[in-house]
Amino acid sequence: MSLNAFITKETVESDEDGPLSGKTIAVKDNISTKGLRTTCGSTMLEDYVPPYDATVVELLKDAGATIVGKANMDEFGMGTTTETSAFGPTKNPVDESRVPGGSSGGSAAAVAAGEADLALGSDTGGSIRCPAAFCGVVGIKPTYGLVSRYGLVAYANSLEQIGPIAPTVEDAAGLLDVIAGPDERDGTTHEEGADSDYASAADGDVDGLTIGVPTELVDGADEGVEEAFWAALDELEAQGAEYREVSMPSVEKAVAAYYVIAMSEASSNLARFDGVRYGKSGGYEGNWNDAFARGREEGFGPEVKRRILLGTYALSAGYHDKYYAKAQDARAWVKQDFDEAFEDVDVLASPTMPVPPFKLGESLDDPLQMYLADANTVPVNLANLPAISVPAGETDGLPVGLQLIGKKFDEETIIRAASAVEN
Amino acid sequence: MSDTPVDADEVRHVAELARVDLDEDEVEEFATQFADILEYFDALDEVPEVDREDELVNVMRPDEVREGLTQQEALSNAEETEDGYFKGPRVS
Repeated sequence: MSLNAFITKETVESDEDGPLSGKTIAVKDNISTKGLRTTCGSTMLEDYVPPYDATVVELLKDAGATIVGKANMDEFGMGTTTETSAFGPTKNPVDESRVPGGSSGGSAAAVAAGEADLALGSDTGGSIRCPAAFCGVVGIKPTYGLVSRYGLVAYANSLEQIGPIAPTVEDAAGLLDVIAGPDERDGTTHEEGADSDYASAADGDVDGLTIGVPTELVDGADEGVEEAFWAALDELEAQGAEYREVSMPSVEKAVAAYYVIAMSEASSNLARFDGVRYGKSGGYEGNWNDAFARGREEGFGPEVKRRILLGTYALSAGYHDKYYAKAQDARAWVKQDFDEAFEDVDVLASPTMPVPPFKLGESLDDPLQMYLADANTVPVNLANLPAISVPAGETDGLPVGLQLIGKKFDEETIIRAASAVEN
Repeated sequence: MSDTPVDADEVRHVAELARVDLDEDEVEEFATQFADILEYFDALDEVPEVDREDELVNVMRPDEVREGLTQQEALSNAEETEDGYFKGPRVS
């Protein structure tokens, strides 16, 4: 049976000779590919064919990569399981009764199953790291501004980054080398990453490295996950690293802050889907507001509607100060906590996900429970920091991911530390 | 319970603001779910005031004509066009 890792399976060869020559790559279906359907996992964009390439796709082609298809995803990136896709769920190749994580579940499943050598995902609140952890592969969420978002269909601009998924840390770092760097078409990009050599940082040398463990991100995790996590840290210690516990009280508010900000930004970003310039209109007659509302009812699935409505609510008159403004305060608090923690340690470590992969269908009925599963990944997006998920053993035969968080633009250190986990 | 209870009327009002029609079952389901989620968001009330360090700088460039999409490319995903324009529903 197919894993349903791809929404569109089509091969785009490159004539260029470069670091990715001979490599096949799956591209998440919210990253624009010229002439190749880009649906965002939504009925709304079922027939949308971008007239241009995202910057990262141009870079892949210049590097000689062969694109093998557009990877399945939660609709517009809104989900932790890839089950909100309008094109059906993706199965986890490790255990097909389970979800691959999300929202870049197709990307991670394709790499884990060998259907692509590498993949691009996008990470707004954990959407690269979660599926990497659940499928037993490596995923990197770069520092905000390291990779161009030009051509990424926006969900929550202030939080999201495109990043690599690969079987090994070195391969993921090598793909990051290809896509990192400034882009005049994305004003939030930086000079950092222009001449990067992240791949050579995957040398496994953690001698003298100091690792902080935020207790708030370990307490309450599944027992088997916690065991695998501490075993990985003991292994790093045996290789010359030292670890100590740190406290970051702000992260207890991160899920609430993240969802208020992400939903608010989504309610604004997704206003563009009116079926006039692109997307499904439904063809309704009458007053344009009514026509748009009916078309959007048909084009969007339940999770997308939920987030658009909650975001609209959080920004509406009388509630803006209570939700959106307080969420921005919490975001600043989280950043401050990370800054303080990094005064004493080189990297921070936690389980990527507090739980093993869910059973298919298990989490769909209770959206709040699904949001809470993002507790360990969302603080990183709120603070604009880089983080990597690397496989760190198993619990009951299911993969466990170790998350390593770095200082701003210090991708090298988390890549180096993660490569030691593979030793 | 949240100090900002959500009822079906409120869900309908927000849906209207967001230009998303909902059927009655969805309205009821969302009202229940939103009450849970908003109650959880109330935790933000306990966030202390924090000095925000704004590291933001404007990125400016001269406004100059560059190559972009052709008119045909720009219209290629529109369901309806007329004389090289997008065609939308009536305004009133």
